[in-house]
Amino acid sequence: MSLPKPMMRGLLAKRLRFHLPLAFALSLFAAGIVKFGVTEPRKRAYEEFYKHYDPVKDFEEMREAGIFESVGPSKE
Amino acid sequence: MLGVTAGHVRTVLARRVTAALTSGGGVRMASHSHEVGDTVDMSKPLYYDSVGYPLPDRPYKEELSAADKSLKQKEKGPWSQLTKEEKMALYRLKFNLTYSEMKQPTYEWKTVLGGIFFFLGLTGLLFWWQSIYVYPERPRTFDEDWQAKQLQRMLDMKINPVEGLSSKWDYEKRQWK
Repeated sequence: MSLPKPMMRGLLAKRLRFHLPLAFALSLFAAGIVKFGVTEPRKRAYEEFYKHYDPVKDFEEMREAGIFESVGPSKE
Repeated sequence: MLGVTAGHVRTVLARRVTAALTSGGGVRMASHSHEVGDTVDMSKPLYYDSVGYPLPDRPYKEELSAADKSLKQKEKGPWSQLTKEEKMALYRLKFNLTYSEMKQPTYEWKTVLGGIFFFLGLTGLLFWWQSIYVYPERPRTFDEDWQAKQLQRMLDMKINPVEGLSSKWDYEKRQWK
């Protein structure tokens, strides 16, 4: 039986040659998904919310609902 | 790395098991000093069947009959002169199980899974008993109307108005979006 001699060295290097670029690519892809699926929509949501935000109106609404201890609902 | 150590552990276990089996019966350790003959001398090379370690420390059969001894003599010559049965006999002298015999499924996993489910069920019954006899009185904050008032208060306070709770509530129409 004369089998060919198997690969004795460089096994890790061979594995890394394939898996390291793959790992980098997949990580970048995952980061991309998070950026465009989560952070960008969130930034836009905050932009949209504060574009037409009136804090005084917001306060009056909360006041009327009666949640504050310092001021009660406006007496009418 | 992990495979080597796992195989080694398995080998050590396999050695103890098959050594105990091949020594003819019980696994009685030297602590029971009045029972001689069933103990395994671990200071000598052991035989073991292991998928990861193909060549054990000693052959399976060490006490050879006259026929076996003559076969061993014939083995020293050219192997092309051995018949198929002789080759198989030689194999069985050296090894106890073949690889296919070693790899036969044991269906141990069924026992394991069954045991897991059994204990899960037992734990479930325990939890049920606990929920009746151990738990204190249910807090009033769990009542339906309390929860409704709590939700209304959260909406009044505009909790998470950008992306969360209050953003899903339509304040004009007084309903969920």
